[in-house]
Amino acid sequence: MIDREQVLHVAALARLELSGEEVDRMARELSGILDHIEKISELELDDVEPTSHVLDVSNVLRLDEPRPSLPPDVALAQAPAVAAEGFEVPSPTA
Amino acid sequence: MSEILALTATETAERVRSRELSTREVFETYRDRAARVELNAFTWVAEAPPADEASAGAPLAGVPLAVKDLFCTEGVPSQAGSRILEGYRPPYTATAVAKLARAGAPLLGKTNQDEFAMGSSNENSGYGPVRNPWDRDRVPGGSSGGSAAAVAAGLAPWAIGTDTGGSIRQPAALCGIVGLKPTYGAVSRYGMIAFASSLDQAGPLTRTVADAALLLGHMVGRDPLDSTSVAFPEPIEIPERDDLAGIRLGVPSELSEETEGIELGVAGAFRATLELARQLGAEVEEIHLPHTAHGLSAYYLIAPAEASANLARFDGVRYGLRVDGGEGLREMYERTRAQGFGAEVKRRIMLGTYALSSGYYDAHYGRAQKVRTKIAEDFHAAFERFDFVVTPTSPTVAFPLGAKLDDPLAMYFNDYFTVPMPLAGIPAISIPNGLSDGLPTGFQIAGPAFSENRILAAAHALEGAIGFDGSAGRAP
Repeated sequence: MIDREQVLHVAALARLELSGEEVDRMARELSGILDHIEKISELELDDVEPTSHVLDVSNVLRLDEPRPSLPPDVALAQAPAVAAEGFEVPSPTA
Repeated sequence: MSEILALTATETAERVRSRELSTREVFETYRDRAARVELNAFTWVAEAPPADEASAGAPLAGVPLAVKDLFCTEGVPSQAGSRILEGYRPPYTATAVAKLARAGAPLLGKTNQDEFAMGSSNENSGYGPVRNPWDRDRVPGGSSGGSAAAVAAGLAPWAIGTDTGGSIRQPAALCGIVGLKPTYGAVSRYGMIAFASSLDQAGPLTRTVADAALLLGHMVGRDPLDSTSVAFPEPIEIPERDDLAGIRLGVPSELSEETEGIELGVAGAFRATLELARQLGAEVEEIHLPHTAHGLSAYYLIAPAEASANLARFDGVRYGLRVDGGEGLREMYERTRAQGFGAEVKRRIMLGTYALSSGYYDAHYGRAQKVRTKIAEDFHAAFERFDFVVTPTSPTVAFPLGAKLDDPLAMYFNDYFTVPMPLAGIPAISIPNGLSDGLPTGFQIAGPAFSENRILAAAHALEGAIGFDGSAGRAP
């Protein structure tokens, strides 16, 4: 149902590096799981509205008032790498 | 010390208030027990209660609280059971924890859990599995397994956890304690490391129903920091009811003791409690919730889909693990996530990414959301005729460590009775329902949104009639 090719495509979308062994196992396991959960395709659902959220609330806005935010040193304190008061990352073009 | 352990959290609060017990005495008793490692229930234990929180008049003063690791606690490790967050100490505290601290409950420690709350056995923790205090070769359930084991073993007077598809109720059942998943939105999610945002909800894990009510009463409320939180329409009351006169219980044929795969002992314990409910005055009738049989399928599309988006934030940039590969940004992301996430988390990220990906969205995620609508409609119709829907909590008692690790579908079946309620956003409680082969089973009561007071009252009446003795889990 899900082949190696698809697993590699989805892993790339999810930014996950998988070993060759993981790709095989994932193809097998995801196929088994999807095989089971695709039973919902038997249901007649054409006129049913989807539910993304159970609460009867929408467009909850907060007051547009200034309030304190985290100081930069606190926000950066847990970062693996910091440079010039910012998060340091490897080059996106490398 | 044994005297303190014999007290419920409610009784402990009363004795601290009347100065029969000191805050320090209670804290040190539980701290010393929590620091014991046999069950691997805690990932961090406090040394002393925060000095300023011993405010004598506070309602929960002196009753230490165990907190599931995925609640952010300022300056204290909050790793959500994942190696990708090893050593992470957040700069702020989750609203639920902050509210309980303000009510006087000092933080006792952080409890072990399945990684990012994905699991039903606690074996998916990056910090080793938790063991069940009733039998240490068995799982405590999950994902709030550390919280459940800690309360059952008397390592904490009470705890909080989170429930997305059963993660409070199922471990409560397997450890012989009470676990309540509130109505979606009743408790703020601010500061909870997110799994599936439309389902996640925090709640209490306690020894008794009254303890659950006391703790829940200080957790609920609208929070400006969580736009999906709502004001609870009434105060949470401490339950006192001891009968079920006039109460109508619906037993759904799709979620009954005759479900395929349910253990005989669990089915027998469930039937026995239905009989007790009749003796207390309840009417018990079979009902149909036809779409709940598809709850697992909908859940295992919706929850992984939301998780795949929520877990995108773990990328080695702002916190936690980074694995540098010497190449560019993308390789850093991919290697960090490959090394930091465990097998089940990877599986669900893949499943969720697939369900949301171009060409599959409508057939998978879209259809699952429609099934969700049908499940909510089933419950809505049921509650026009019945006060509550009751089911077994888990199809089995606690199973041996490792028994289901290689079979994801068998593991997912643990959630069969507990996923329909969060999909509908409704509250449900699991109470201890006697033993099967010497291991605890659970009885689940679900009601309409914001019916927590009525659920707690009914649970209190049944709790008294069942007369479960959990002391064996606390020995020695």
